[in-house]
Amino acid sequence: MSESKPLGGKIFTRAFAVAFLFALIGGWFLIQRFAQGLGAVSNMSDGFPWGLWITYDVVIGTALGCGGFAMAILVYILNKGEYHPLVRSALLTSVFGYSLAAFSVFIDIGRYWNFHHVLLPQYWNFSSVLLEVALCIALYVAVLWIEFSPAFLEKGGGPQASKGVNRIMFIFIAFGVLLPTMHQSSLGTLMVISGYKLSPLWQTPFLPLLFLISAVAMGFALTVFESFVSSLAFGRPLETKMIGKLAGVIPGLLIAFLVVRWGDLAFRGAFGAAFGGGWPMIMFWVENILFILPVVMLLPRPNREKAGTLCLAAFWMVMAGAVYRFNVFLVGFSPAPGWSYFPAAPEIFVTLGIVSVEVMGYLIFVRALPVLPEPERA
Amino acid sequence: MSINRRDFLKLTAASGILLASDVKPGQAATGKEMPPQAVGFLYDATLCIGCKSCMYNCKKYNTMPGGALYTEDGRNMNEWNGPEQIWDAPRDLTAKTLNIIKAYAEEGEQSFIKRHCMHCVDPGCVSACPVSAMQKDGKTGIVTYDADKCIGCRYCQVACPFNVPKFEWEEAFPQLRKCELCRHRLAEGDIPACCEFCPTGASIFGPVEELRKEAEMRLRLRTGSEYEYPVGTVDGAFKLPKKVDQYVNHIHGLEEVGGCQYLMLASVPFDKLGMPTLPKKSYASTSEGIQHVLYNKMIAPIVVFGVLAGAAFRSTKSERGERDE
Ligand code: SF4
Ligand code: SF4
Ligand code: SF4
Repeated sequence: MSESKPLGGKIFTRAFAVAFLFALIGGWFLIQRFAQGLGAVSNMSDGFPWGLWITYDVVIGTALGCGGFAMAILVYILNKGEYHPLVRSALLTSVFGYSLAAFSVFIDIGRYWNFHHVLLPQYWNFSSVLLEVALCIALYVAVLWIEFSPAFLEKGGGPQASKGVNRIMFIFIAFGVLLPTMHQSSLGTLMVISGYKLSPLWQTPFLPLLFLISAVAMGFALTVFESFVSSLAFGRPLETKMIGKLAGVIPGLLIAFLVVRWGDLAFRGAFGAAFGGGWPMIMFWVENILFILPVVMLLPRPNREKAGTLCLAAFWMVMAGAVYRFNVFLVGFSPAPGWSYFPAAPEIFVTLGIVSVEVMGYLIFVRALPVLPEPERA
Repeated sequence: MSINRRDFLKLTAASGILLASDVKPGQAATGKEMPPQAVGFLYDATLCIGCKSCMYNCKKYNTMPGGALYTEDGRNMNEWNGPEQIWDAPRDLTAKTLNIIKAYAEEGEQSFIKRHCMHCVDPGCVSACPVSAMQKDGKTGIVTYDADKCIGCRYCQVACPFNVPKFEWEEAFPQLRKCELCRHRLAEGDIPACCEFCPTGASIFGPVEELRKEAEMRLRLRTGSEYEYPVGTVDGAFKLPKKVDQYVNHIHGLEEVGGCQYLMLASVPFDKLGMPTLPKKSYASTSEGIQHVLYNKMIAPIVVFGVLAGAAFRSTKSERGERDE
């Protein structure tokens, strides 16, 4: 298969240098975190034990890394081979999204030297939703690297070199769909146990289903968005046709999401809180408008042929999923009167540093390895 | 052939129904049973004079070897107690304060309230902890913490309905801290420090069954009559007579989130004293119910894996180098 090609070109561009600088700043604060403890760099507290790092780097970061998951469903499970050229670049964002999410967990947990306990059966607590999330994410990081490995092999030995891995790839593809299904839904289940601390606008036993649907939608949207950004950044022709067809999947998913979401709110009689005032109310409406926007934009078929509309709709979709996750983990969370949380500057810089490492990794990989599809012939 | 979109939707819908079915699981409302020999405490706010002897002695006896505040690295958790230290006046439970007396006074009402771990019958912290660092003792029902297992993820803090476990935010090598019912003292045949050093009998220790009976009996006492309140333990020989106050007709901790081994009585409604209003069913059992439906014996994941692997096997034919049909 020669549908992917290395981009070539210089790696140390200006964009790379900026990312590098941010990574350094983040690294500096990380040194402080390990020398002086979490309190020295973060605004997390006993009321808000999880802050920006868990919410953004892990919960949102892995959802943004669902491109590989979403494309695998489409291409391998629903057998839509025509989208195959997009698989590898989607996988690459997933590889980085997930690997760095795992790294973020490591810096966030207080007793990181015990990290390996999560992998040792004698410690396992099967009632713990977090155990399932941690195990699935750890396994999935490994699966992603294997799924991506043909890119390395082909780099060394040409298209034939990946034959061996490809023979058993279907096993990893199946894992690559099963594991995200499990942990993306469980990321939602995580907050069920917080009970009354999460506002009724978000607290529901349907959290796992809502998290799963929105993760798949975010995966597709990010694949669309990334395809545009890489076209612009590297001056390649737009893949509008294929991407437009792909984006057609999004409205259906979002309508399913909204039906479950609003049906559940109505069933529980929780709509009152939507007019209760304060940040939760504002963010509830922002979230819902963000979910409705891409539906409205992408439902009419002609819109899906316009590059600008596509790109923007995909962006709103990604934002919708991100805001939903922020709302569930931070905005809607209130442990007791008197607690509040807003990330500290060093916390934000660490997150920016991690995003920068992702960008740098992506830039290196697409230039050096066969990742991006060969330009569509007009 | 691979599974088509309709099958996929069916699969998704099926998992949705599985989830929906959890809304009313067919289990008992409380999820878990309390061990018959469980021990705990009864706090009667109408007897509490706010002397904070329990707070002082909780800190004193838990900073000793075996105590929940003891640090092998020689840190001084007895903050106020050294030559350089000033009196520490915590406003809430902290990683250095496992027990706190808070005061409430408003609209002519006043009361104290004593906060620490409730030793829940179905504890959120135990259900949540991925590495079994939080555990409920099968005999005494004490909810214990083992730092050697803990990874410091703080999910127990998210999961505790009473915001009890506290994290050492300022330490490079932090631990979680919470009341462990003075298990080091119980092992020596002593009773919890907060009960032993309570001068009025506001905090008493005993088997939960007996504490429940005592609390129910107190609610039946006639306001203004005199009652001999036991001091130290529920069956203590030493008793102090006192006129019975007007109780709020509620034993906090009897049914909250499946029941607690710490019971409270007061003359002011508990929500005013800062206690959350909680359902009888524990959040832990709701969460475990969802996990159980989806992952019971891993059957669903294995079936789904089989279907996925089959579909992927067929659609990767060309990549395996076989000819397409
Ligand atoms: S009060 Fe909190 S820390 Fe104590 S047993 Fe219950 S859930 Fe665990
Ligand atoms: S912080 Fe420690 S005790 Fe609490 S849930 Fe995590 S591993 Fe368990
Ligand atoms: S039982 Fe012991 S650790 Fe718990 S509050 Fe009482 S004195 Fe403190």
